[in-house]
Amino acid sequence: MTVDKKHRKGDNPHIDYNTDWTYAPAPESTDHIRLKRRYELFIDGEFVPPVKGNYFATINPATEEKLAEVPEATGEDIDRAVTAARSAFGKVWSPMAAAERGKYIYRIARLLQERAREFAVIESLDGGKPIRESRDIDIPLAAAHFFYYAGWADKLDYAFPGRKTRPLGVAGQIIPWNFPLLMAAWKIAPALATGNTVVLKTAETTPLTAMKLAELFRAADLPPGVVNIVTGGGKTGQMIVNHPDVDKIAFTGSTEVGKYIRRALAGTGKRYTLELGGKAANIIFEDAAIDQAVEGIINGIFFNQGHVCCAGSRLYVQESIAPEILRKLQDRLATLIVGDPLDKNTDIGAINSRMQLEKIESYVRIGKEEGGKIFQPPCKLPEKGYWYAPTLFTDVSQSHRIVQEEIFGPVLPIQTFRTVDEVIAKANNTPYGLSGGVWTDKGAKIFKVTRQIRAGVIWANTYNKFDPTSPFGGYKESGMGREGGLQGLLPYVELV
Amino acid sequence: MNSPAAIVEGAPPIDEIGVNERVARLFKRSVKKEAKVKALTMTLNMLDLTTLAGKDTPGKVKQLCYKAAHLHDVFPGLPTVAAVCVYPSMVSTARQALEGTGIKVASVATAFPGGMTALKLKLAEVKGVVEDGADEVDMVLSRGRFLQGDYAYVYDEIAAVKSACGPAHLKVILETGELVTLDNVRRAGDLAMAAGADFIKTSTGKVSPAATPPVVLVMLEAIRDFYFRTGKKVGMKPAGGIKTAKQAIQYLVMVRETLGQAWLTPDRFRFGASSLANDVLMQIVKQATGVYQSGDYFSID
Repeated sequence: MTVDKKHRKGDNPHIDYNTDWTYAPAPESTDHIRLKRRYELFIDGEFVPPVKGNYFATINPATEEKLAEVPEATGEDIDRAVTAARSAFGKVWSPMAAAERGKYIYRIARLLQERAREFAVIESLDGGKPIRESRDIDIPLAAAHFFYYAGWADKLDYAFPGRKTRPLGVAGQIIPWNFPLLMAAWKIAPALATGNTVVLKTAETTPLTAMKLAELFRAADLPPGVVNIVTGGGKTGQMIVNHPDVDKIAFTGSTEVGKYIRRALAGTGKRYTLELGGKAANIIFEDAAIDQAVEGIINGIFFNQGHVCCAGSRLYVQESIAPEILRKLQDRLATLIVGDPLDKNTDIGAINSRMQLEKIESYVRIGKEEGGKIFQPPCKLPEKGYWYAPTLFTDVSQSHRIVQEEIFGPVLPIQTFRTVDEVIAKANNTPYGLSGGVWTDKGAKIFKVTRQIRAGVIWANTYNKFDPTSPFGGYKESGMGREGGLQGLLPYVELV
Repeated sequence: MNSPAAIVEGAPPIDEIGVNERVARLFKRSVKKEAKVKALTMTLNMLDLTTLAGKDTPGKVKQLCYKAAHLHDVFPGLPTVAAVCVYPSMVSTARQALEGTGIKVASVATAFPGGMTALKLKLAEVKGVVEDGADEVDMVLSRGRFLQGDYAYVYDEIAAVKSACGPAHLKVILETGELVTLDNVRRAGDLAMAAGADFIKTSTGKVSPAATPPVVLVMLEAIRDFYFRTGKKVGMKPAGGIKTAKQAIQYLVMVRETLGQAWLTPDRFRFGASSLANDVLMQIVKQATGVYQSGDYFSID
């Protein structure tokens, strides 16, 4: 299959999306946002400076301007945080009646809902994601996770019938930069519901909503030490992983770091869950609802600039409909608005960091060098900040690196296939196994195909749908353990 | 050329949940300031100002025609509406009243709204309204025949009406509220376009629900696919239940992101509505003055 540009020339039908009538800028207001110039570590219910006194800046990736600075936590700080968490675990949180713990979590959820707009704006400022997503997905879903697990707090006997549960103790949690607040909620909510206390480390480039969450914990009167939040880079995370008084590690991030964590934890007896990379197959059969499938492809790969571990980042289209799908994808790309994350009309925001932008650029270079055909819509990118246009690649195969490796950006390699067996084999032909998508109007085909794909989450006729009741996690190099749902309780309890 | 049955079978399946999600996302577009003013002005210019009541009289139709050309004279620079849409017996009155305004006369026909009469009577009615001066004919699809699977009848009927129209433009009303499923909407739309419709239109306004956003999106996508297949640009007219400026802007967003520039014109997109104009006018005045005026400052005709 080649990129068919015929319809863009001369008399051949083509659609001109460059219309006389366009949308005026519609920026979300930042007037109500209060950011401090400097944040401190949240340990034992207080905001405390780091022992060594080092801070680093967190910037707005859309403008490259500094938003605030946050501490670089070192070994002494982690010690203090773990000590606080251990003490809160023994004295306050685990002895507390489960229904009372639930009340605290409900209160957190409600406060988060009340301040949703503020959290959404800060999430977009710090991480670059469109306000449409932070407002409609990240923040409401984070609140939903707290609500959901609050409900489980006093019902654990029903989660594991015939068994009693015991909390593990101190959970060390390390979260990524693509869904900062949502990942904090995914991790903190089940830990608290099951009676554990927490030391959470934010991602280096996106610490701010977690800092605001710490303020919210104080507003909710959460007992000191139950949740401690530290900031820092890889080294800080390493110290949490290796701390002898941490009972469990929950990590979401790269497969490379996941491998390190498994090695580090071997033989320590610490429990762990890892949610790592992915390279999901999104499969479009010829009997699919075509226009809705095209929309699903778009949501699958361009949601959050493609910074999504479960992104539909390998597209498989049945050959008979490939030219039509490709034409429709190209047209749809022409209507995507790339730019200011705070503009309500923005579809694709800023790339999270310079490092990530360079990684995406290098993969696109590799894709071209390996002979892939690239398509990008004409779009004007802002001069300052980190941006990348939505990108399609055709003329690629399983042997191309951009098909094999996780790019974590708005870049979609497209392959065609002929038969069901062929596409199942190709979908599974990856070291990852986090997610997948299947598009067909035939119910039987959905079951036939999804049963054979080795991935933790598979969507049928939709993509990137999340709900606190649904477990999430991977096969193979995509990780181990499940977060979310009833299954998400298990990693935080010992069954007796 | 494909047989009518093949056209229906060739229509792609429509996933209702996916359509609803796409609509929800399109409706999140924020249209403010100059973009809003332009959308509102376009809306006025795309209006088929409509009166379709059994109690219509020449007097009422003349008043409506005057309003069509003089939407809000105290606010200069406004366009006229695109057309006035009436029952067959009112066509000559409307024709006379609109002389020299550039506003088209549209007439419903083919035993509107049910369509439950013989083809020869429908054709006679169509010829009659064209002779009386209708520029556009809004026919109704035979829904019963469609639902019983008699696609050849439906196709032939549309083709016959089209040829009876002569120079007049043909809009085919699918009456989507009676077709119920989006799959049916898509199939009926494909059938009507293949049979020669210049426009496809959602509803008569006599059945609830009338135009709904998912139905309109499915029809716009059908138009897009038909254009790529044949090179022919068929127009779209949502009708019934469109009462507010906000709804109108949402539909324009849909048109813009589905069909682009070539459809953002009264030649290819119309709103069928009786009470939309004044809400749009109220918004236009508000954008200019910063304050809302009461309904008493906008004429009702």
